[in-house]
Amino acid sequence: MSRRVVVTGLGVVAPNGTGVPDFEASLRLGRSGIRHVEAMAEAKFACTVAGVPQGVDALVEQEFDEDERLVMNGSHRFASLACLEAWKAAGLERPARDSEEVDWDTGAIIGTGIGGMDTTAEKVVPLTNAGKVRRIGSTSVEQVMASGVSARISGQFALGNQVTTNSSACSTGTEAIAMGTERIRSGAAKRMLCGGSEAATHYIWAGFDAMRVLNRRSNDAPEKASRPLSASAGGFVPGAGAGVVMLESEESALDRGAKIYAEVAGQGINCGGHRMGGSMTAPNPESVRRCIDAALADAGLLAADVDVINGHLTATGADPREIGSWAAALGRGPGELPLITATKSMIGHTLGAAGAIESVASILMLKGGYVHPSINCEDVHPEIEPHASSISHELREFEDMKVIVKAGFGFGDVNACLVFRKWEG
Amino acid sequence: MEQSQVMEGVVKILTPWVKNDEALQAVSLETNILDDLKVNSARLVDVVIAFEDEFDIEIDDEDVDTVNTVGDAVQLISSKLG
Repeated sequence: MSRRVVVTGLGVVAPNGTGVPDFEASLRLGRSGIRHVEAMAEAKFACTVAGVPQGVDALVEQEFDEDERLVMNGSHRFASLACLEAWKAAGLERPARDSEEVDWDTGAIIGTGIGGMDTTAEKVVPLTNAGKVRRIGSTSVEQVMASGVSARISGQFALGNQVTTNSSACSTGTEAIAMGTERIRSGAAKRMLCGGSEAATHYIWAGFDAMRVLNRRSNDAPEKASRPLSASAGGFVPGAGAGVVMLESEESALDRGAKIYAEVAGQGINCGGHRMGGSMTAPNPESVRRCIDAALADAGLLAADVDVINGHLTATGADPREIGSWAAALGRGPGELPLITATKSMIGHTLGAAGAIESVASILMLKGGYVHPSINCEDVHPEIEPHASSISHELREFEDMKVIVKAGFGFGDVNACLVFRKWEG
Repeated sequence: MEQSQVMEGVVKILTPWVKNDEALQAVSLETNILDDLKVNSARLVDVVIAFEDEFDIEIDDEDVDTVNTVGDAVQLISSKLG
């Protein structure tokens, strides 16, 4: 029996596009979704810009009944929209709310890096401190429990297979897709909705601002603020949203004649153990290299087969080290790396959603035969300069692209890597 | 406040949580909130908070346990309003 895993649906809520058509248009144009956020300015953040998805309220109102809207917090709303889009794209029928049918073959791994911080900050803490616990109501537990976001999805689509939430900081979204791939390969599920979601709230971003890892130099030019690969990169720009892919066994997809966007050819997940230069906040370069190698080996591909890299590339001091790891993993010298692009240059760092939104971008590029521009790196970082010719500064048409690799690295020294291959039957 | 006004407020607050629209269309004082309207029992605490806000009253937990039907809610709220 085939154990190949394919992608049969995509859904996205990103700062530069809500829904796949909008998002893809922005990717091709190199359109930034970074904006001034007044709440950050009022709270005296050093960084006052962020990537906040637009047009979400109207879509949520259109797609979900009032009782559902009343119980969803930020990450639930983003994830619900992205899952619904992926579900519809997969050609599946949305189950009736009063139907008793359960889809035992379909599950979900929807991760989040931080979880329901908006609910905690805006409801649980203030009401508890005011001695008004009773007024918290019934909805806070399902919003702050780590698995709340995937639990919400299971009810919306009557999912009867594994439904869980993974959390591995900024590699969460990438890891979710890797884990879902394994679930399908094992034969335990036919379909898995996989991805990540992160709410748009300055309460999540405050701790990062305090760590001085956010870019505080570009508040007056939001669209220029997220600068991966550049000499002027001054930290990452926080972002929010959700990305979801519908993973499906090749057999199931072919049986029902589903549209296939790409194959998930391989995956790798590991941790650097906070050794060899790795720590809670920095990746062990050896573990990054091993993770990429493991994903390629899992795909049965050679380093030479990689056409495009969509890096983690956050616009911090870690970018040069990451490029070094790619060069080491792929055994390429200066000028020899495949094309490199950074979706974060347009959307910022969407934390637990990043790997998932950027996987959606990667699959769109693979299917569409192009590489989106990596904006805001006119001044390539001096340590990356030897590889500068590999950076996709402009939109590049690339019809023959066969393999794109997406990696995500997170606090905790955790890594995940995905290899997407063009679907050619 | 007229009982009909209280009833109107109660139904307005229950409406988003109702899973049986037919029962809502035929709502009366005898309509059972959980059994007929199919409101999720966990949401009753949200409904009670909304009653308190809408009618500017306080409802004790013990009182909540006496509410089964729409009429029970209307009677409880009316008694608090004096």
